[in-house]
Amino acid sequence: MTKHTQSLADNERWLGRVMIAPAIVYIVALVGFPFFLALFYSVSNITVGSTETSFIGLENFRHLLHNRTFLRALRNTFVFAFVSQALVLVLAKTLALSLLKDFRGKWVVRLLILLPWVAPISLGSIGWLWILDSVYSVINWTGRALGIFGPATWPIWLGQPTLAMASIITVHVWRLLPLATVILLGGLTSIPQDIHDAAAVDGAGFWRHNFQITIPLVLPIMLVAMLFGVVFAFTDMIVIYVLTRGGPYDTTQVLASLAFFTGIDGGDLAAGAAIALFLFPVLAVSAILMLRLARRTEVT
Amino acid sequence: MSKGMYKAKAWGAKGGNFGILAAFIAFAAFPFYWMLMTMFKETRDLMNPNHNPYLYHMRPTLEHVRVLFFDTLYLQWLWNTAFVGFLVVLITLITAIPAGYSLARLTGKTGERLGIGIFLTYLVPPTILFIPLSKVISSLGLQDSLYSLVLVYPSFTIPFCTWLLMGFFKVIPKDIEEAAMIDGHSRLGAFLKVVMPMSIAGVLTVIIFTFTLVMQEFVYGLTFITASSRFTVSVGVPTFLVRGDVYFWGSLMGACFIASVPIAILYNLFVDRFIAGFTVGAIK
Repeated sequence: MTKHTQSLADNERWLGRVMIAPAIVYIVALVGFPFFLALFYSVSNITVGSTETSFIGLENFRHLLHNRTFLRALRNTFVFAFVSQALVLVLAKTLALSLLKDFRGKWVVRLLILLPWVAPISLGSIGWLWILDSVYSVINWTGRALGIFGPATWPIWLGQPTLAMASIITVHVWRLLPLATVILLGGLTSIPQDIHDAAAVDGAGFWRHNFQITIPLVLPIMLVAMLFGVVFAFTDMIVIYVLTRGGPYDTTQVLASLAFFTGIDGGDLAAGAAIALFLFPVLAVSAILMLRLARRTEVT
Repeated sequence: MSKGMYKAKAWGAKGGNFGILAAFIAFAAFPFYWMLMTMFKETRDLMNPNHNPYLYHMRPTLEHVRVLFFDTLYLQWLWNTAFVGFLVVLITLITAIPAGYSLARLTGKTGERLGIGIFLTYLVPPTILFIPLSKVISSLGLQDSLYSLVLVYPSFTIPFCTWLLMGFFKVIPKDIEEAAMIDGHSRLGAFLKVVMPMSIAGVLTVIIFTFTLVMQEFVYGLTFITASSRFTVSVGVPTFLVRGDVYFWGSLMGACFIASVPIAILYNLFVDRFIAGFTVGAIK
């Protein structure tokens, strides 16, 4: 080895920089650069085939704010994300608590519970497409067989606006529940048993134990799970693309799916980029929360 | 309270816990059970509304699976996924391993901020990036090529895997490298010869994780690729097998089941390490 490489191999500052450089270059080129491109597109009139693009200011955004489909999608995105996250958190907490104890066959249980998260969601959604089929839905068959649905009741899960939204939310909860559970479980197992014992000795009941001990202790990690969930729920279009394509009558359209249909299927890149950018404030807030959280855990 | 009552109460709690778990398992696994039921059922059996869907009214058939493997591009899609997955794993390892080590050991306080910054880019979703990237891909002449995916997928696997690997490297005691350096290894040498062999399990976790991310990706695949023979499995099945009004439910469910379950089993073997790395990164 030459003297120069020898010193590089030992010079921690330079070695650190050289080792991290490829990752940073990749991220800047394929996340940073396209992100600025998206900002630029949103104030331009670019289309798929266009060769010349000109600056048109906030025209795209102004158009969007007068577009009923867009406003509907904006509202749906919030409903969809918040309802599904609230459900995920409550369910994940319940599930994580009952998975905390050791029992035989736990790994099989965990495998089954993780399935929806690990399996590609586009394929899982197709499974749901069949379960929610308008004619052969197994849910409807079972409901009728058990007498829950009367002879006149035959819900068209993906064809009626309210039911379609409920179906989409259910599939999303189904998909995100495993991740939240596993993250929470990690948090719960890190609480020392002494604390639980001490609380039990002091006579804390179920609710008190939960709200004064368990929840405050897992709060940081719960927030991490929630931020992830919010970001996933806000930006996902796969479930909607496979199940409803935003229908019926755009009642399940969200920003992500609308951006796709406008920008790629419709070829209007500028409008698509502008729609997608409406997601940015949410992401920015999530990022700030995440940073605060990181700083807080750093202190302790 | 008598001993019997204690026991009864313990059993009650156990039963309640069991009930909760059973309900969650039913919710989580039912769609996969349903795929399995459907993939072996005769179409006439599936399409008869008077038949109890939980039972087989005709003999199970392998016809749907045969159609899937021999009359559709399914095998090609599986192969495409494996091809893209392999190259993305390679690119991710080459960039994320040094980056993770650098953040864990060499860059100090700035590195900590940088690490969080890198992790945050994982939160910038494909939904914002796919439109500009589609233009970038077409100006590079990569549209309809699997290499477009090979190029773009590391943009989300690198941030996440760097973070995970940083977590794994942080748990390795510093003394071990220091001892190696006293023995005459350079810092780089200590990393390559001492730390890396100890991190095989972490690297395996990253490989599995990257591969699942590649398999799950949908938006970029749908945007960059239009030729059906170049789809990955997660894009090919929902777009190409569901066309028009005719749904081949048997084959469709087979396609979903076969692609989902093996990867889930593999993932399950590594999930503890994955969580460990994830939370160490977040806390330490």
